[in-house]
Amino acid sequence: MATKGQIVGVVSNLVTIEVDGPVSQNEICYIALDDVKLKAEVIKIQGKYAFAQVFESTRGLKVGSFVEFTTHMLEIELGPGILSQKYDGLQNDLEAMNGLFLKRGEITSAFSHSKKWEFTPLLKAGDKVRAGDWLGEVIEGWLKHKIMVPFVLEGTWVIESIVAAGSYTVKEKIAVLKNSKGKVEQITMSQYCPVKIPIHAYQNKPIAFKPLETGVRLIDTINPIVEGGTAFIPGPFGCGKTVLQHLIAANADVDLVIITACGERANEVVEIFKEYPELDDPRTGRKLMERTIIICNTSNMPVAAREASVYTAMTIAEYYRQMGLKILLLADSTSRWAQALREMSNRMEELPGPDAFPMDLPAVVANFYSRAGLVELFNGDFGSVTFIGTVSPAGGNLKEPVTESTKKVARCFHALSQQRADSKRYPAIDAIESYSKYLEYKEVQEYMQANFEPHWVEKIAYIKNVLLRGKEAYEQINILGDDSVPVEYHQRYWKSELVDFGFLQQDAFDKIDKATNMQRQRYMLDLLHKICISEFDFTGFAEVNPYFKKMINQIRQMNYSEFQQKKFKGFEDELQSILMERKKT
Amino acid sequence: MHQASAFTTVYTKIEQITKATCSLRAKNVMNEEMAIIDGRAAQVVKMQGDLVTLQIFSGTQGIATDVDVIFLGEPPTLKVGPDLCGRFFNAYSQPIDGGPELEGKKVPIGGPSVNPVRRQQPSELISTGIAGIDLNNTLVSGQKIPFFADPNEPFNQVMASVALRAGADRIILGGMGLSNDDYLYYRRTFEDAGVLEKITCFVNTNDDSPVERLLIPDMALTAAEYFAVEKKEDVLVLLTDMTLFCDALSIVSNRMDQIPSKDSMPGSLYSDLAKIYEKAVQFEKGSITIIAVTTLSGGDITHAIPDNTGYITEGQLFLRKDTDISKIIVDPFRSLSRLKQLVIGKRTREDHPQVMNAGVRLYADAAYAKTKQQNGFDLTDYDQRTLKFAFDYAQKLLAIDINIDIDLMLDTSWKLFAKYFSKDEIGIKKELMDKYWHKEDE
Repeated sequence: MATKGQIVGVVSNLVTIEVDGPVSQNEICYIALDDVKLKAEVIKIQGKYAFAQVFESTRGLKVGSFVEFTTHMLEIELGPGILSQKYDGLQNDLEAMNGLFLKRGEITSAFSHSKKWEFTPLLKAGDKVRAGDWLGEVIEGWLKHKIMVPFVLEGTWVIESIVAAGSYTVKEKIAVLKNSKGKVEQITMSQYCPVKIPIHAYQNKPIAFKPLETGVRLIDTINPIVEGGTAFIPGPFGCGKTVLQHLIAANADVDLVIITACGERANEVVEIFKEYPELDDPRTGRKLMERTIIICNTSNMPVAAREASVYTAMTIAEYYRQMGLKILLLADSTSRWAQALREMSNRMEELPGPDAFPMDLPAVVANFYSRAGLVELFNGDFGSVTFIGTVSPAGGNLKEPVTESTKKVARCFHALSQQRADSKRYPAIDAIESYSKYLEYKEVQEYMQANFEPHWVEKIAYIKNVLLRGKEAYEQINILGDDSVPVEYHQRYWKSELVDFGFLQQDAFDKIDKATNMQRQRYMLDLLHKICISEFDFTGFAEVNPYFKKMINQIRQMNYSEFQQKKFKGFEDELQSILMERKKT
Repeated sequence: MHQASAFTTVYTKIEQITKATCSLRAKNVMNEEMAIIDGRAAQVVKMQGDLVTLQIFSGTQGIATDVDVIFLGEPPTLKVGPDLCGRFFNAYSQPIDGGPELEGKKVPIGGPSVNPVRRQQPSELISTGIAGIDLNNTLVSGQKIPFFADPNEPFNQVMASVALRAGADRIILGGMGLSNDDYLYYRRTFEDAGVLEKITCFVNTNDDSPVERLLIPDMALTAAEYFAVEKKEDVLVLLTDMTLFCDALSIVSNRMDQIPSKDSMPGSLYSDLAKIYEKAVQFEKGSITIIAVTTLSGGDITHAIPDNTGYITEGQLFLRKDTDISKIIVDPFRSLSRLKQLVIGKRTREDHPQVMNAGVRLYADAAYAKTKQQNGFDLTDYDQRTLKFAFDYAQKLLAIDINIDIDLMLDTSWKLFAKYFSKDEIGIKKELMDKYWHKEDE
């Protein structure tokens, strides 16, 4: 008998429920309101009262409304048919909903329960299995979707029976498992999984070592992220966080991208909805939508579901990771999720931490980021979840709780700078402030030396130093004046500008420049590196600026041209002849 | 205002009164239900057992513990229909123009959100003739964007002229804490332009209670949804001044004993504002565009109100005075229209994106040169040229009194580039350079 209850108090979306039986923390319940049921999650229990956050508007709720508990935590349904879907934060299929406006309490199935899939078994009766093992597979679009032993099953099981190859719906039985205690489980292609508990069906989590190509030069070359790594992008509004995330989503070298629009603008998701079905994935030639799943809980959708949305997305990412795939999970923005936690904590009248955020915020953030990673599955295959979150710091101040909590756990930090954005230097990542801890990993360094070039890491360090010295020279010039510093300072400054304009800046709206593959990045970096280590002849500081501007102009034209094609080479020749004008031999 | 039906229970025993709220014991009450307390509008904000707390919009002054409390059995509503056209209302949708009571279909205000998959991508350019907007920060239908301005800047005038030039089917003004003069200014401007039939106004002037303002955006947007969804019209919603709206939010949350977050604003400020701004939408036919005003204190955009607004809206238009030309300009550095990429170079000429960037970059170089000059350093020849360019650029393009079409804005930019700079210094794609580089007229 499931526990029941009735509403005794309402403040905004926090309800107090008087219950008639056992309830558990984070249990899901449904509140009856006229002819709909509102989903809610228990977040505090006190005596016979349970406090629940409602995932919908509570307008019209009355004291005395009937509540039904479900005995399970917030969970989602996993199975074939998730690919290319557009979900809300609670995994309702948005396309399946009727009408222009979202209806309160409307629940739609995450994927079709009636569609038949061509199932091929990979194991046979008598085989021993455990959670996450591949029982069989179906073809979902371009991918061999593995049908796995449910993650909630503990211990070892034996396959009693498994169906022959054929077509089945996700609700038809495909296997029967039995464990040593004689417990029998009927397996279908769909399984339910709690979102706040990580999927642990793997041998180990080795150190991530392989750089993940995103096409963004400031990331791939300057501060790379790796497959299974974590990164975060904090930045004030208007610095291009979202454009950057969209660029990464479109160009990253991964199998599957899960985009979570968590408390952000609806029009940004609409852009993805409308463009991804048309845009080509540069690597496979398929449409981008075919490798994308969107979880969309925009800022005007219920606040409590915002928190759920990032967990829903992570659980889907882990599920596909278990098939041996490379997954990229993007969340824009984790600050909105933290704000959702703050709103609830505030309503429950908890003692506030810094900036009124709940005290356990750092723990919640750390816990979430730790779910990313490279894993070795039981069968020896590898899968990875790479997580990139944006942070929207209040007032652009990086000393606020969400940024600080994230900084402790994310390994790459791509700080967007207001100053760069103001001068339209996009992507506005501050190359000096930002870092990638992965560059210090021995495994990553070895990979780069072996696969990029032997002195890659030193080269990057050199280029970063050019930027730093340029900045210092610039400050000196500003303090002392153009003619009071050695001409050498002007050269230093303009070398850093050359790297900035010629390499760091990238035009997100140009069809060629928006994504640069690693081969091209290496070529361009080598070119710039050669210029930076050269010395030039100048008789006065006034000659430096126009000379470097001429070079910058050629490099920019190269960036706008097809790599190694006629136009590209033409600009490169032009650059070389400018270089010869003043280069010391 | 509202009539109680014959079967309504009338409560007459208030247990607790604060500056903004009353609490009493009542049964069968709905969350967010409207009530009338001693003739004043109130709304249920909290229920604990049978103890119901109501927020009284016009304040609790003079409320006695034995006054009549009548629950209306519905959330706040607006009657929508053709009667809305050409009218002026207060925060409760009562006429303030001397006209008849509003008639129409009653709908709850602050209704549900549009399903994101049913939205269309905004794609219609809204031209205003102001180059600081059309050239550098192009607006698109379905967009939401505020003016960030200091209280002494003429934002209401700019907004009124943008509204009149934008070519919308319908203009809905939500005025919050407007001075009576501003209210009359809008009224006269719309009358003089002969567009009164296209206008609906919900106005809370600063002699009304501040808490009443909380109803204004929802009233305006519910009316907007009626015109955009049912009449398939392109609706422009003007909200001024959202800072005063937020101030009202903080008053209420303070009186409800909520823990304030940054700048004494409620922790839910982001969600509260998002609920309003996200009503901006493009449908297949019909759209809602929101242009708002957020006044700043001393140009500080890190304050919680402009900060949260900036994260929600699709850009911002920053007004400031340019002392060189002594006019108000749309600041090209701090302003941004996030949706401009959807139209520039597509609905406008191909050279638009690059010309826009080059212009702003050169203007930034001028700002740098100016700092140098102020610090007493010698200026290079390039610095001198950027300063001259910046003066012309501000005068001919950034000033808000400009009213020209976009092609002319682009041509003007090319002319200024050629006048002061060499091709190398502009850094625009070669094909465009070849096509548009301004040659001296032969």
